[in-house]
Amino acid sequence: MAEYKLNTPLTDEDIVQLKAGDVVFLTGTIYSARDAAHKKLVELLDQGKELPFDLEGAAIYYVGPSPAPPGRPIGAAGPTTSYRMDSFAPRLYSLGLKATIGKGKRDEPTRQAMQDYKAVYFGATGGAGALLSNSIVESTVIAFDELGPEAIREMKVQDFPLLVINDAHGNELYAVPDRKAAGIE
Amino acid sequence: MRTIHTSEIIDAVANMCIKANTELPDDVRAKLEQALAEETSPSAKEVLRQLLENADLARDTKLPLCQDTGLAVLFVELGDEVKIEGGNLREAINEGVRKGYKDGFLRKSSCHPLTRANMGDNTPAIIHFDMVPGDKLKMVFMAKGGGSENMSRVTMLAPAQGWEGIKKFVINRIAEAGPNPCPPTIVGIGIGGTFDHAAKIAKKSLMRRLDDTHPDPQIAAMEKELEEDLNKLGVGPMGLGGKTTVLSVKITVEPCHLASLPLAVNVQCHSQRHEEVVL
Repeated sequence: MAEYKLNTPLTDEDIVQLKAGDVVFLTGTIYSARDAAHKKLVELLDQGKELPFDLEGAAIYYVGPSPAPPGRPIGAAGPTTSYRMDSFAPRLYSLGLKATIGKGKRDEPTRQAMQDYKAVYFGATGGAGALLSNSIVESTVIAFDELGPEAIREMKVQDFPLLVINDAHGNELYAVPDRKAAGIE
Repeated sequence: MRTIHTSEIIDAVANMCIKANTELPDDVRAKLEQALAEETSPSAKEVLRQLLENADLARDTKLPLCQDTGLAVLFVELGDEVKIEGGNLREAINEGVRKGYKDGFLRKSSCHPLTRANMGDNTPAIIHFDMVPGDKLKMVFMAKGGGSENMSRVTMLAPAQGWEGIKKFVINRIAEAGPNPCPPTIVGIGIGGTFDHAAKIAKKSLMRRLDDTHPDPQIAAMEKELEEDLNKLGVGPMGLGGKTTVLSVKITVEPCHLASLPLAVNVQCHSQRHEEVVL
């Protein structure tokens, strides 16, 4: 398992070198979007309208941060569970999105899309929202302000600690549950 | 009769919302530290190390432990010798939630289920009332996150399936949930009652301290057996593999209809954020 320091926007070269299990410290711009924001993004695409940010080489963080207390750019900001965005992810990967950041398993079409379009899925530690917010140095709402915690934010990150869960070569890091050891098979 | 003013209730609830969301309870911390000592895989150890560092940071900065500061769930025991003065008890609790989530910079996650419009103040709280003897008001607050709640299930087993059927359902549920609910999880199990009541007692089980032992030795043994079996699944912290898939299993058993065996599994993430106050 290797360690990489990468900058956004991410390129095909950045992505294909990564293997499930590698650690990545990401620096640059990432965008927050979760359930309601994804629905709106796809509606914009269906209407042939421009998205609020450029998908080419982009990274989307599945996060709904808590409000920023005085003196901090953002509140707690850990990942939300990713499977709820699976119905949107392949289309966004096909349009140039290079990485998604969340926690939990992805479905088969999403994993296949990562191989087809040279993209990855990063895991961030779920529940470590206070700790992860330390890597976010700026945060600005750029779309769908009315969604509150689900608005799209442009966030500047510095050495954001990530783990490659699904790489562009079909590998996945998650353990396979051993039902037999647990006594039910 | 003893009177309790709603202003006292509002402040107590607001304080619980903030404290529960920013200070990891000592029993949970102790379990995470024990897991860190027992894990051998580097990724499992790294996740647990990050969670403990996160808890220190949240305590010191008053940032929430997790951005998902939950729906506000309360179990309330109202003594039958208590008179509430200054307003309505339910409204006072909701006002306390509004105040706590605003003052503590906590995320408001309560929304309309269909339009998805955010309610804006994290109310209504989910409140379970119980009338008890005495002149006290006891309130237990839990910040219940959505990611783990989504992995919860209620089922109606056939009575003949018994303990083996219960175990099989719970183990399959935790295996299927995998990395999604932020393992290592705490598993609240309700056995008995009705369809709805099983879910309620499963959630109430999550209000127990992780280091307690069930007073009924038979149920205590069931909790231990299931905890050991679940930890053989190898899901591990954040699903990366390891010995710690669950931190604890808590079971509540209540009588049910002779045709039924209701079973509820309420999954809680590694951060069991709860607070208790007695007025």
